[in-house]
Amino acid sequence: MKTTGIVTGIVSNLVTVRVDGPVAENEICYITLDDTALMAEVIKVTGKNASVQVFESTRGLKNGDKVEFQGRMLEATLGPGLLTGVYDGLLNDLTTMKDVFLKRGEYTDPLDHTKLWDFTPIAAPGDKVVAADWLGEVKEGWLPHKIMVPFSFKGEFTVKSVAPAGQYTIDKEVAVLVNEEGEEVPVCMWQKWPVKVAVKGYKEKPRPSRIMETGVRVIDTLNPIAEGGTGFIPGPFGCGKTVLQHAIAKQGDAEVIVMAACGERANEVVEIFTEFPELIDPHTGRHLMERTTIICNTSNMPVAAREASVYTAMTICEYYRAMGLKCLLLADSTSRWAQALREMSNRMEELPGADAFPVDLSAIISNFYARAGMVVLNNGQTGAVTFIGTVSPAGGNLKEPVTESTKKAARCFYALEQNRADQKRYPAVNPIDSYSKYLEYPEIQAYLDETVEPGWTNKVSRAKNIIRQGRDAAEQINILGDDGVPMAYHETFWKSELVDFVILQQDAFDPIDSLCPMERQQFMLDLVLDICAKEFSFENFEECRNYFKEMINLLRQMNYSEFHGESFEKYVKELNNLLESNGK
Amino acid sequence: MANKVYQRVYTQLEAITKATVALRATGVSNDELATVHGRLAQVVKTKGDTVTLQVFSGTEGIPTNAEVAFLGAPPTLKVSDQLSGRFFDAYGHPIDGGPEVEGEERQIGGPSVNPYKRRQPSQLIPTGIAGIDLNNTIVSGQKIPFFADPDQPYNAVMADVALRADVDKIILGGMGLSNDDYLAFRHAFEGAGALEKIISFVNTTEEPPVERLLIPDMALTAAEYFAVDKNEKVLVLLTDMTLYADALSIVSNRMDQIPSKDSMPGSLYSDLAKIYEKAVQLPSGGSITIIAVTTLNDGDITHAIPDNTGYITEGQLFLRADADSGKVIIDPFRSLSRLKQLVQGKQTRDDHSQVMNAGVRLYADAQNAKTKLENGFDLSDYDHRCLAYAKEYATRLLSIDVNIKIDEMLDTAWELFAKYFSKAETGIKQTFIDKYWKG
Repeated sequence: MKTTGIVTGIVSNLVTVRVDGPVAENEICYITLDDTALMAEVIKVTGKNASVQVFESTRGLKNGDKVEFQGRMLEATLGPGLLTGVYDGLLNDLTTMKDVFLKRGEYTDPLDHTKLWDFTPIAAPGDKVVAADWLGEVKEGWLPHKIMVPFSFKGEFTVKSVAPAGQYTIDKEVAVLVNEEGEEVPVCMWQKWPVKVAVKGYKEKPRPSRIMETGVRVIDTLNPIAEGGTGFIPGPFGCGKTVLQHAIAKQGDAEVIVMAACGERANEVVEIFTEFPELIDPHTGRHLMERTTIICNTSNMPVAAREASVYTAMTICEYYRAMGLKCLLLADSTSRWAQALREMSNRMEELPGADAFPVDLSAIISNFYARAGMVVLNNGQTGAVTFIGTVSPAGGNLKEPVTESTKKAARCFYALEQNRADQKRYPAVNPIDSYSKYLEYPEIQAYLDETVEPGWTNKVSRAKNIIRQGRDAAEQINILGDDGVPMAYHETFWKSELVDFVILQQDAFDPIDSLCPMERQQFMLDLVLDICAKEFSFENFEECRNYFKEMINLLRQMNYSEFHGESFEKYVKELNNLLESNGK
Repeated sequence: MANKVYQRVYTQLEAITKATVALRATGVSNDELATVHGRLAQVVKTKGDTVTLQVFSGTEGIPTNAEVAFLGAPPTLKVSDQLSGRFFDAYGHPIDGGPEVEGEERQIGGPSVNPYKRRQPSQLIPTGIAGIDLNNTIVSGQKIPFFADPDQPYNAVMADVALRADVDKIILGGMGLSNDDYLAFRHAFEGAGALEKIISFVNTTEEPPVERLLIPDMALTAAEYFAVDKNEKVLVLLTDMTLYADALSIVSNRMDQIPSKDSMPGSLYSDLAKIYEKAVQLPSGGSITIIAVTTLNDGDITHAIPDNTGYITEGQLFLRADADSGKVIIDPFRSLSRLKQLVQGKQTRDDHSQVMNAGVRLYADAQNAKTKLENGFDLSDYDHRCLAYAKEYATRLLSIDVNIKIDEMLDTAWELFAKYFSKAETGIKQTFIDKYWKG
């Protein structure tokens, strides 16, 4: 029998319920308000009183209103059809809602139960299977969508029967399994999984050993992120966080992309679903939307559902990872998620940690980041979830709890800098402070040696060093004046500007420059490093500046031209002429 | 308001703070309105039988035996075309001597628009001010605040912008307006002969601060009526959102909540987002555009109020006094309109974004020259030209007293480029140089 209760206290979306039976932490309940039922989640239990966070506005709720507990946690429904979808943080389908305004208590099914899918069996009667093993597959867009033994199944099963190839709806019983007790268990094409629990069902989780290309030079060349890796982008408002994230979403070398708009502007989500259906995935030539799922809990939607939205998005990624696919999760922004935690902790009158955030913030963030990763499935194939989150630090100050906690959890750090943004040096990623720990991994170094060129990581360090030396030189020039420093300082400074303008800066709105494949990144870095290795001779600093300005212009024009195309080669020739006129 | 028959009346207060009272009562619903000693109040917390009410006009003089009557419903506004041309207080009662408005009674602070039902904003809103139209173009459905120190003429600029904008309705939400500013708005609206398309909800400094909390929801409920029901283009002006946030912190403080940064409530981001996200382009053609004011303390944008605002809004317009030109200008570096690329070059001339970028870049070069000058270094010929350009650029384009068409702004910029720079120094694409260069 279900546990029930009555409301005894309300502060905003935190409701206290007196219960008549057992309740579990994170258990879902429905509060009856007139003729609607509001979904809520248990976040604390004290004696007979459960504190629940309501995923909706609590306007009009009364003490004494009835509550019914569901005996389950917040679950996501997983099955074919999730790609191309636009959902809220609780995985309600926003596209099938009728009204212009969101209606309280309206919960829609994320999957279409009438659509027919082309099913092909994989498993055969007599096979021994466990949770997450593949039973069959359907084509979702161009991706093979595996129908798996539900993640929640415990123990070993024997396949009794699998449906023959054919067109079925997701409700079709596609397999019958027999458990260790000899009971028959039917399996259809969809399953449910509690979003706050990590999906296991794989053999091992090795260290990442490949990089995930994004086509963004400041990431791929200088601080590459691994397939199955984690990274985060902190930055003050107006520094280009969203533009950078959208660039990664458009170009990232992944088969499935889940974008979680978590407490951000609704118009940014509108941009995604207005533009993505028009855009083509550079890796497959298919429409971007076909591989994209949008989880959208914008800043004006209920706070508790915002907290849930990142877990929902991660669960979808883990689901596709179990099919042996490469998934990329982008969450914008994890600070809003942390703020949602803060609001609840505050209402529960918990003792606060730094900046009034809950004390376990750091643990919650690292647990979440730990769900990303590359895995080896039971059948030996691999899948990956790469996770990149943005952080919106209060006042642009990186010494705040969310940034600091995330820094401990994520392996790549892409610090957006106000100063660079003011100078329109986009993407405004600070080249000195940012890092990728993956560059230190022997596996990744070996991978880069093999796929890019031997000794590549040394070249990357050299490029970073040129920037560092340039910064020092610039400081000296600022203090002592243009004429107060030796010529070599100007040359050092302008060499760093060369790396900055040609490698670091990239035009996200230019059709060619926005996407720079690794081969091209290698060519440009080699070219720039060769130039930087030369020694030049100048009469005065004006001559030095003009010389490098001309060179930067030529190299930038190359960035805007088709790789090895006609005008590209023309600029190469002009560059060589320029280099011959000076430089040894 | 609810029928008298259903009213429950209590006369025993358990606790009184400056902004809230608490009492034992049953059957009370969350967000419900009540009257306490004749003053309007709202339920903000229930715990067992104890109900906490936020008293909008303050609790001065309220005795422990005050009469408390629950009204059974959250705050509402009656909406109809009769709202047009009227002035109201924070409760939606007329303050212009006219009759009460008749119409459909709607709860304020209603639900959000389904993000999937939104459309991408695409209609330019011209203001005549080049610092906005040229450099930070505003689009219908956008939300953007002025960031300004208290000594800047932000209310006057906002009134100008509102009256020049091509919209069907202008709704003013005034929070903590000084009586002088309120009268200035009224005078400006009446003087422009545009009164019939203006609706005002005003809380002045003479009125209690907590009342301000109702103003944005009142203004936006009226806005949604005209934008959703009537498919109109609505412009909402909210001034001053800093005072609104201050009122939030007063209430949360009285309810013993733990403050976060700058003694603001931890929910400040969500509270502000709920207001600003009402800005929307609807599929039916109606739209709500929000222009707000956030006053700063000595230009400090890292304070929790402007900081949270910046993360929510689609850019900001930064007002500052410019010493060179002696004018108040819209700072081109610290201002930003995130939606400008949706209309620039599409609804304006093709050279718009290149001219804008070149103009600002050269202005930045002038700032570098200025720094050199201050540090005692010699200036090059280019530096001198930049400085002269900057002064004229600030006077003729950045100043808030400019009122010209966008094509004229572009022509002015080209004229300045030719006057002070060579073609190559502007860095503009060759095709536009060929087409528009004035030499």
